Amino acid sequence: MSLAELICPAGTPAALRTAVDAGADAVYCGFQDATNARNFPGLNFTPVELAEAVAYAHARGTKVLLALNTYPPAGKVDLWRQAADTGARLGVDAFIVADMGVADYIARTYPGIRLHLSVQAAASSPEAIRYYCENFGVKRVVLPRILTIPEIRQIRREIPCEIETFIFGNHGLMVEGRCSLTNYLTGQSTNMDGVCSPASDVEYVRDADGSMSSQLAGFTIDRFGPEEKAGYPTICKGRYAAPHRPEGYYAFEEPVSLNLSRLLPELIEAGVHAFKIEGRQRSKSYVRSVVRAFRAAVDDIKAGREANIADLIALTEGQKQTQGAFETKKWR
Amino acid sequence: MAVKTMTKLTLGPIAYHWPADARRDFYARIADEAPVDEVYLGEVICSKRAPFHEADLPVTIERLERAGKTVILSTLAEVMLKRERKATEDLAAMDAPEIEINNAAGLFARGKRPHRIGPFMNAYNEATIAWMAGKGATHVCLPAEMPAPAIAAAARAACALGLGVEVQVYGRASLAVSARCYHARAHGRTKDNCQFVCEEDPDGMPLRTRDDRPILRVNGIQTLSESYIDLLPEAARLVADGVTHLRLMPQAVDMVAVAQVFRDVLDGRVPTGEADARLATLSGDAGLSNGFYHGTAGYRRIAAAAPA
Amino acid sequence: MIPTSEPKARLRPGEGAIARLACLVLQPVLTRVVRRVAARHPSLFARLGPHQTTDFLIDPVELPFALHLRPDPQALVFRAVPRDTAPQAGATIRGRFLLLLELIDAEQDGDAAFFSRDLEVSGDTEAVVRLRNALDDMDGSLAEEASAMFGVPGRAVLARLRRAYPDATKPQEYA
Repeated sequence: MSLAELICPAGTPAALRTAVDAGADAVYCGFQDATNARNFPGLNFTPVELAEAVAYAHARGTKVLLALNTYPPAGKVDLWRQAADTGARLGVDAFIVADMGVADYIARTYPGIRLHLSVQAAASSPEAIRYYCENFGVKRVVLPRILTIPEIRQIRREIPCEIETFIFGNHGLMVEGRCSLTNYLTGQSTNMDGVCSPASDVEYVRDADGSMSSQLAGFTIDRFGPEEKAGYPTICKGRYAAPHRPEGYYAFEEPVSLNLSRLLPELIEAGVHAFKIEGRQRSKSYVRSVVRAFRAAVDDIKAGREANIADLIALTEGQKQTQGAFETKKWR
Repeated sequence: MAVKTMTKLTLGPIAYHWPADARRDFYARIADEAPVDEVYLGEVICSKRAPFHEADLPVTIERLERAGKTVILSTLAEVMLKRERKATEDLAAMDAPEIEINNAAGLFARGKRPHRIGPFMNAYNEATIAWMAGKGATHVCLPAEMPAPAIAAAARAACALGLGVEVQVYGRASLAVSARCYHARAHGRTKDNCQFVCEEDPDGMPLRTRDDRPILRVNGIQTLSESYIDLLPEAARLVADGVTHLRLMPQAVDMVAVAQVFRDVLDGRVPTGEADARLATLSGDAGLSNGFYHGTAGYRRIAAAAPA
Repeated sequence: MIPTSEPKARLRPGEGAIARLACLVLQPVLTRVVRRVAARHPSLFARLGPHQTTDFLIDPVELPFALHLRPDPQALVFRAVPRDTAPQAGATIRGRFLLLLELIDAEQDGDAAFFSRDLEVSGDTEAVVRLRNALDDMDGSLAEEASAMFGVPGRAVLARLRRAYPDATKPQEYA
């Protein structure tokens, strides 16, 4: 049986300590700049905070993974290299990377530190994954959330590295690392700046009838009725009108979160080494509840018991959950 | 405008599901009339569409090459299913024509043999371009969202390594790809039983916001910009910054005339302002934008600075 | 769904006077609380970044007054204000009082409260996100800390407050 490590998000030092205390095997985090894909206001770590976080986690047997998973635009590569240098100096256990230039730099400069391939690299076939394994010595791939369990099982047979899959949280619809939707409306890039629907461009407008419009850079992404559950103000979760859908519909996906709690045994059986919980932008309250619930579930499964997953529906976007592509390819 | 005539004009692969006979007619006209130097062929977006036009490829290639055009075959942007892996491997095994790779699975299959790097490969910076060059890349098409200073820095590095550098200067920008087919979804279907409904929209299916503002175009699993990128006013600076190839993406407009407008400006035959007005007319209802290049929202149109 | 519409429309006859009185009584408490928090959690201000000088209006829908917060380390403002004299805010956060208290204390997840429409934000969204992240990085309970400042009576008030809102607290832990 695989290790079934639990990989947990940390947007702040307090969230990191919360995740460690709640039973994370590893936490992932990033610096306060464009070098990671959750470059959100008021979030993430200074080098001093990361040093303290590494000490706290290591003292309790928890690993720290540093996300350097954006794509440096030409002329700014040094920022990513410095972030890698700082992470190495502070003793992080692995780097999560997407850009080949960044991967190459770390593989050459810090051959003793593990490289994980970020979901932002969008490696969704055995060949793509093997390219990164053979060229950069990648030890683990974070799979895109677009594969069914039989497909994951097949990939596992054909690659020389570990597999990490998302099991809970925001359900990105677009292939990660290939999405410029935010940049098209706001001028800030997900790949180059690490932002997605930046708060500075988001506005919630309350209408006279109690409904709410969420706007991104002045574009109305969605309008929620007074009683309707809401979602993140991201373009891919918006409602639009199309020629065949004049009434407006969720053209890409409804506000919904991924929750694979019921599929954990199958994922373990398929050879998944690590389970990732999304949500560095979420509160430590979220981290505490979700990590605790999945810690108990994984421990139950490992002990041969039936897992009893606490109800996490309130923490899901739109208060709706899905098993997405993992369950059936009809999702596509 | 004095611009080097050696700058090459290229025609990117057709992103949409145009019917086979429409494609045949399109490429016949391109071969006979369009002043483009290089033409990218092949299905990049959806592997289900490939069987519809694969059979025509040899004839199309022959026709274009006879007309003096360089032909390059592009691989799929998304490789997940068995047929997609096979298609990528088959293309990567070819010796001629050249190939443009859009997925790391293609890089794996190609090894160190020469190839071009497509816009889906995320070659954003000099370190990545140098890595790719070391693995046999001869040419790189930069991501459409890159701003001018990054394009210049990337082009400088690529030129120093002897690579060709390409930037999209016309047509809708690819903004996202997904495993899910949004054309099928709009019609209450799934990708597996899509019945190729994307064929109904030769220039993408328009999406409008709830306050009726046009915003995006859906093309199967791909999401495109509502506006067409237009970097005609910026062409001189692109060339000065080291960009060697300017890419026109096929849209449902008169692409021969579009190519002619760009060629006229590159050759200094028509002033940019006059040419750009003509381009706007040719582009019909589509808005023109250059925001990405100017480091602002992609949909925006930034007016050219007055010549010094 | 938050059971109210525009703030001004909520003012009932006679409420203005009560609100002004409540604010007067409350002010010394608020001042002590905010000074104490600022002194003990200086890293909070770094996460606020440029929004240290933003005026936040925290609007507990069922109370007769709102709270005005300006988290400027040079000139901290935290005061109770009657709604009819509330300042023009850069960002407004509106919801039931105990929900707001629990958000401050990271007992509740702000995104979840937003998804369920129990929490409403308007104005500068980045300011709200920064304030949320800054508060979320503090260990311990602000409410406990504040109530402890007033000894036994303080803790008793907090306990009573929590009992008064059984539906919004622990039992359903996010259900």
